[in-house]
Amino acid sequence: MNITLQVWRQESADRPGRFVTYQVTDIEPDMSFLEMLDVLNERLIAQGEEPIAFDHDCREGICGSCGVMIDGLPHGPQLGTATCQLHMRKFRDGDTIVVEPWRAAAFPVIKDLVVDRSAFDKIIEAGGYISVDTGSAPDANLIPVPKEVADTAFDAAACIGCGACVAACPNGAANLFTAAKVAHLNLLPQGQAERWRRTEAMVETMEQYFGSCTNHGECEKACPKGISIDFIAMMNRDYAKAKVKNRRLLSQSN
Amino acid sequence: MGGPDRKDELVATEERRRDPWFVDFYRSAVGKKWVMALSGIVLLGYLVAHMIGNLKVFLPAVDGVPELDLYAQALRSLLFPIAPHGVVLWILRVGLIIAFLLHVHAAYSLTIMNRRARPVDYAGPRQYLAANYASRTMRWSGVIVILFVIFHLADLTWGIQPAAPDSWEHGQVYANFIATFSRPWVTAFYVLAQLALAPHIFHGAWSMFQSMGVNHPRFNRWRRYFAVALTAVIVVPNVIMPLSVLLGFVGA
Repeated sequence: MNITLQVWRQESADRPGRFVTYQVTDIEPDMSFLEMLDVLNERLIAQGEEPIAFDHDCREGICGSCGVMIDGLPHGPQLGTATCQLHMRKFRDGDTIVVEPWRAAAFPVIKDLVVDRSAFDKIIEAGGYISVDTGSAPDANLIPVPKEVADTAFDAAACIGCGACVAACPNGAANLFTAAKVAHLNLLPQGQAERWRRTEAMVETMEQYFGSCTNHGECEKACPKGISIDFIAMMNRDYAKAKVKNRRLLSQSN
Repeated sequence: MGGPDRKDELVATEERRRDPWFVDFYRSAVGKKWVMALSGIVLLGYLVAHMIGNLKVFLPAVDGVPELDLYAQALRSLLFPIAPHGVVLWILRVGLIIAFLLHVHAAYSLTIMNRRARPVDYAGPRQYLAANYASRTMRWSGVIVILFVIFHLADLTWGIQPAAPDSWEHGQVYANFIATFSRPWVTAFYVLAQLALAPHIFHGAWSMFQSMGVNHPRFNRWRRYFAVALTAVIVVPNVIMPLSVLLGFVGA
């Protein structure tokens, strides 16, 4: 199949970018979107041109590296998958496809389609962990966790940190990412000791870089892992509670 | 190690300043959304009460005094003689004004924050998957509601022309009501303003549950039903009342 690509090209963070149109001919419908970009890059290199820079690693939807805006949709028109899991058969022969990097003040473009997502790392550093002493591994299933809770925590933990939620959000908010990271620890017994400090610190760090939630629900639809905005509600609840908890008396009640 | 008696101990000369919890909470965007939800509940509660009160325009006069005027007098003498005339009404008004100002301020500062967080727009055709017309136009519908409130106060509360009818008279609530909506352009403006208010209520009445973390798999779909019902309950009578006057069903 033959397609026309309009790709955002930007040499570096401090240089202005522009769209460049490429005719990509003889593409196999069963190629992934990234493989199509690989083919284009091979041809560009053969012509002595600079290949298009894009992030990628595992190419099986679990690392969270890849992710571009394809025709105004994060990770493209197929819901519930990352860009690497999108195949060219989802498009029609002769289509024109617009490819852009994630757009957010917190995600500056490094080059072409690659953005700097280290603002996510700042949020994790603020509290996306549990503090445990190292030592010998505890016995499995020593701490009882109800099955439903384990499932919900796992749903939240499925977040791969790709940034599609921020890219999809008209406000450039990272509430879905942060809520998922908060929830997967706040739901489990191991996360309780730092629950209130974590929620407060992660939300406030998030707000230093990102916009705020207006409950559109775009993030949930864009998420390749289908993470629910129910987690945002949980985070909002825990944030308000964190502000009023008497932490010196926490151990006497839940 | 370093106890308080150590000579070279570093001594803090100033205590770390801590803001009152409410200021601290309101400073965060999540806190502002809580305030928007809570003030929204106050404003929605007011809208429902205001609409129900106004329905008295359809009731017959009692001893020659329109029922709507009696209702207005009753509002002024709420809890009288425990409280002096008008005091309780003013307490309610101040609460309403505070809720309104907090709602608008939070919306304004979150809008600034969000514009800053998304400085570059997408060039590609943006396809929304979940955001609906209501959620994407909250800022515009909010501004329209503010302009409407100003006109509405000038019209029926303060009697400022040309918003108010020529025959406007303080305390003559029913007569003013009939006079103002007998003018087609005023009725048209009120109906348009109510149609702008509808999506604002629809998104707000759902959104407030999310903002305050009221989320339960058993009840989540009821949040949408509630939003639709509340929008209809407020907007439909508010559209019917001015139209009834214009079409001569009331006050003719």
